[in-house]
Amino acid sequence: MIEGTDGVGRSTHIALLRSWLESRGHAVLDTGMTRSVLAGRGIKEAKTGHTLGRLTMQLFYATDFIDRLENEMLPALRAGFVVLTDRYIYSAMARAEVRGIDSAWIRSIYGMALVPDAVFYLRIESPQQLVERVLASGRGFDYWESGMDLHLGEDFYDSFIEYQRRMLKVFDRMSAEFGFHVLNASRSVRSVASDLRRAVTKIIDQPSSTNEAIQPEDKVVQAPAPTNLADFTKKALP
Amino acid sequence: MISYGKHQFPGKLFVVEGTDGSGKSTQLALLHQWLKAEGYPVFFSEWNSSPLVKDTTRRAKKRHLFTPATFSLLHATDFADRTERDIIPPLKAGAIVLADRYIYTAFARDVARGCNRAWVREVYSFAVKPTVAFFFRAPLNVAIDRIVSGRPNLKYYEAGMDLGFSDDPEDSFTMFQGKILEEYDRMVSEFGLTVIDATRSIERQQREMRMLISQHLKRRRSRSN
Repeated sequence: MIEGTDGVGRSTHIALLRSWLESRGHAVLDTGMTRSVLAGRGIKEAKTGHTLGRLTMQLFYATDFIDRLENEMLPALRAGFVVLTDRYIYSAMARAEVRGIDSAWIRSIYGMALVPDAVFYLRIESPQQLVERVLASGRGFDYWESGMDLHLGEDFYDSFIEYQRRMLKVFDRMSAEFGFHVLNASRSVRSVASDLRRAVTKIIDQPSSTNEAIQPEDKVVQAPAPTNLADFTKKALP
Repeated sequence: MISYGKHQFPGKLFVVEGTDGSGKSTQLALLHQWLKAEGYPVFFSEWNSSPLVKDTTRRAKKRHLFTPATFSLLHATDFADRTERDIIPPLKAGAIVLADRYIYTAFARDVARGCNRAWVREVYSFAVKPTVAFFFRAPLNVAIDRIVSGRPNLKYYEAGMDLGFSDDPEDSFTMFQGKILEEYDRMVSEFGLTVIDATRSIERQQREMRMLISQHLKRRRSRSN
């Protein structure tokens, strides 16, 4: 799975990685934040207005995540697919933390998440580098990517810089805590992509890592009989 | 994030809880009229009413998209929006907030659906603790009669059909409501719910509620004087 702040090129690299894996004969599922059948549309609609509160936002993201986990990621992993996800729970946790939300709370909500085989963190040095990418993309500044709900600056630019600076700090700390595989994203797309391929090859060639990893969770999602979610909180994060 | 029981607001929060058909909404409506007539600023907030989440919930119910975990989380999202929008601001303003269903509804339903008890409580730990939480307790057969006679078609999730207890909606509903009632009963002491006997006359229940509530209102008045 690929993590990193806004605009570091996550989706570009997922697309490259996907076609590369497929050309090598691996079945791939790619998924990402706010793409769930259940909550994706609702989140996008909620974000077009600016009335989404910080707790509501976190829980909406969690709904989206668990829906994709239960209905897309776990079935795909069981069927032997390689799952690539554009952002996982760490982005959600970072956004929550930057907004002053209790990290123990957010972690227990995501307690049923699978421990990924690898987290690739596309890291840039400073928010200023992200600004160049935001402008080059032609989309301009986004309200939420600029953290405008936090009232950090006079305008989108000031707010963006401060918000992304805080996000970087949190990501760096999580990187150490959860053992992210850090890739310097300020380099060319080609050299980042080749690093990613090398690292992914190593994981895929290790036999049986994914299949074993999902055994305990099979119980969690298969049939919704009363005791099945009992071990919800037992599965801790890495 | 301020957690359950730690909020300090000048306003008061009164909530009603109970199984479907226990008469709690009727009682809350009567209470609302009375408080307004007495001149209090009152704000009413209802379960499943977030404008941001409503469409998603409606679609998911129609298309049967929920699992127990996502059912729980989407309802928590709805409740968070209500808390941030409809509950905390009026309480800060010193108003009386009346809530038809509160976190205990989620605790009862989600645990009846198989979610872990501690996990669901943790998800909702941001909620404001009510000044008084009334639990309208009706024996299972009374509640079921009221619902089934008034509404011939039970809805899929309302009847707990997603749990596969029974293919018959009425049987499934009965089993599901039985589990919900068990959860409510264990919450009476855990959360200090105020039990109202929902088999008594409407007038008598209302008198009891008003008496209990006015104790809290007097204290509030004298403090602000």
